Amino acid sequence: MNTQPHAPRWALLPLTVGLAVVVLGTAAGSQGWQAWWLSGADAVSRQIVWDIRLPRSLGAWLGGALLGLGGAVAQGLFRNPLADPYLLGSASGASLGVGVYLSLWGGSAWAMSGWLGLGLTGAAFVGAVLAVALTLLLARGVQQTLRLLLAGVVVGVVLGAVTSLISLLQPQVLQAMQGFMLGSTAFVSWSACATMAVVLALCLALSWVFARVLDALSLGEATAQSLGVPLPLARMVLVGVISLATGAAVAHIGLVAFVGLAAPHLVRSLVRCTHAWRLLLSALMGGALLALADVMARVMLAPQELPVGVLTAVLGGGYLLWRVYRDADTGVRS
Amino acid sequence: MVEFPTSGPRVIYPSTAWIRAFAGMTPSSFWGVLVCFFLSAFFQSAQAITVIDDRQQKVQIDQAPQRIVSLLPSLTETVCALKQCHKLVGLDRYSNWPDAVKTVQRVGGGLDPNIESIVALKPDLVLAAGSTRGADRLQALGLNVLRLEPRNHADAQRVWRTVAQALHVPSADSDRVWQGIQAGVQAAVQSLSPAARQQRVYFEVSPAPYGASESSFLGETLTRMGVTNILPASMGPFPQVNPEWVVQARPDVIIAGDSSRASMLQRPGWSRLRAMQGQRLCVFKQDESDMLVRAGPRMAEGAQLMADCLNRAAAQVDTGVQR
Repeated sequence: MNTQPHAPRWALLPLTVGLAVVVLGTAAGSQGWQAWWLSGADAVSRQIVWDIRLPRSLGAWLGGALLGLGGAVAQGLFRNPLADPYLLGSASGASLGVGVYLSLWGGSAWAMSGWLGLGLTGAAFVGAVLAVALTLLLARGVQQTLRLLLAGVVVGVVLGAVTSLISLLQPQVLQAMQGFMLGSTAFVSWSACATMAVVLALCLALSWVFARVLDALSLGEATAQSLGVPLPLARMVLVGVISLATGAAVAHIGLVAFVGLAAPHLVRSLVRCTHAWRLLLSALMGGALLALADVMARVMLAPQELPVGVLTAVLGGGYLLWRVYRDADTGVRS
Repeated sequence: MVEFPTSGPRVIYPSTAWIRAFAGMTPSSFWGVLVCFFLSAFFQSAQAITVIDDRQQKVQIDQAPQRIVSLLPSLTETVCALKQCHKLVGLDRYSNWPDAVKTVQRVGGGLDPNIESIVALKPDLVLAAGSTRGADRLQALGLNVLRLEPRNHADAQRVWRTVAQALHVPSADSDRVWQGIQAGVQAAVQSLSPAARQQRVYFEVSPAPYGASESSFLGETLTRMGVTNILPASMGPFPQVNPEWVVQARPDVIIAGDSSRASMLQRPGWSRLRAMQGQRLCVFKQDESDMLVRAGPRMAEGAQLMADCLNRAAAQVDTGVQR
């Protein structure tokens, strides 16, 4: 089963696909591919290609990579193939952050200066991180996986209810929140790309360091402990990685379903390798998946655009369902 | 020039520095300054105007915009009512009045404006709602974005004047049109019969059901007409209403959109409500609803629709239904 030497080769596939799709993404949009070679002469076409399409394509890739990495870390840490990066309540926290922000300052004079000028993105990020913190508080730390998962579910449901309550009391918030829930890469700027890139680099480095702990954990909690790996520290850091990665992704591209769940599964079905490689591959796979979905979302109804979250939900859900039925038929366990 | 109240548009002319300089001035220099003042006032129309939008952002508009993108129907209607319709090059998908705008290119909606399409249109002014997603992004891409959201009667006037200033429409002209609209609203208010004013009204804006309270734009119109809204201002502009509560409040008239009619009859106790009988239930079609809910230049037509409904309801004879 030691097929690790193949892992670097496998990494080339999602990396190449991802990069190719990002480049392809600069040619896709409501203005058609013509903008691509008009960009040499025409200032507006240049702006469309370089300041709109490239950052959003790259943003889709980075957001997908963050979700893929978050998903792989969550599945390894919780030893549960159903774990997804939103499991610790970050998604509902981000929605609540957006809801609170909109209901307090939506359209009012403070909106620009509110929350230190961080705006909607900052509100989503703060909401996601606070929700994870609340989950950790309720679970009394990261020591017990089951308690952590349970607390995450509870926080998710309760914060979801609070968000519903806010939108009930202030229906004018509802519309803007729906837009956020749909998930879209249309508003990603270069600065958002920079933020996500920094977070991705940080999260990859941290999870790479603790990847061996995930390997040990896959043999069971007791075995991991007897192997002498720094379990408590690793749990703390990896939970931080999950919340940081999903918080950054959700804040910039909204709620995008299934990428965090499907990317690690896809990697596992392609190659068997240690967690160090699995994490990297999942990030690359997530990036490629979301970048691809984003280009499809732009092309399918052109010149109109689908919210990419809708597309990933349909495609990702379909893929998982297909895998479940295939595995059930052939008796394979993933 | 019309004197604006302090709550009016916060327009900063470059020439206000002259006005401030009047304090502490010798008589000889006074006349020189006065001449300069009138000269600057004369050239004002060709000068840059700075407008402050609903997010307290200063937007400088150097000359009359020639390519306008509007992402809110009421703002589209305002532009057209200011006779600048021909300058619209891009619209949100919900703008549908006047007919002249139906051929203008669509660039998404308030939730999903198509950034790329808007930039490609090279607009020199983008009118957006305060809640429009991506307005920050459009601004960052170098477009002139004015965020305005008319939510009530006071807002409507402020937005009207701000848009007029931004489009470099002389304030005399824009104020004349506005006064015409207000005269229309006043006429609608006065067309109510004394009996119609005695009624208690429930205004349903969507079948969830959400109602329009006294603090909403619609509620303010009803208040001006002198009728009683069963939803007090304290409930917020568009509260979600418990259907049972409406049964208990026993309104005399129900005003609703087309989408509400079917679900209303399903609600327990509603079929026996006095307001559900005959002409007491006013159901408006989509194009009429647009007039009612948009705080724009068609508010007089909207008010007249409401007034006609209330008059018809007051004239309705009870047919042995329990009150």
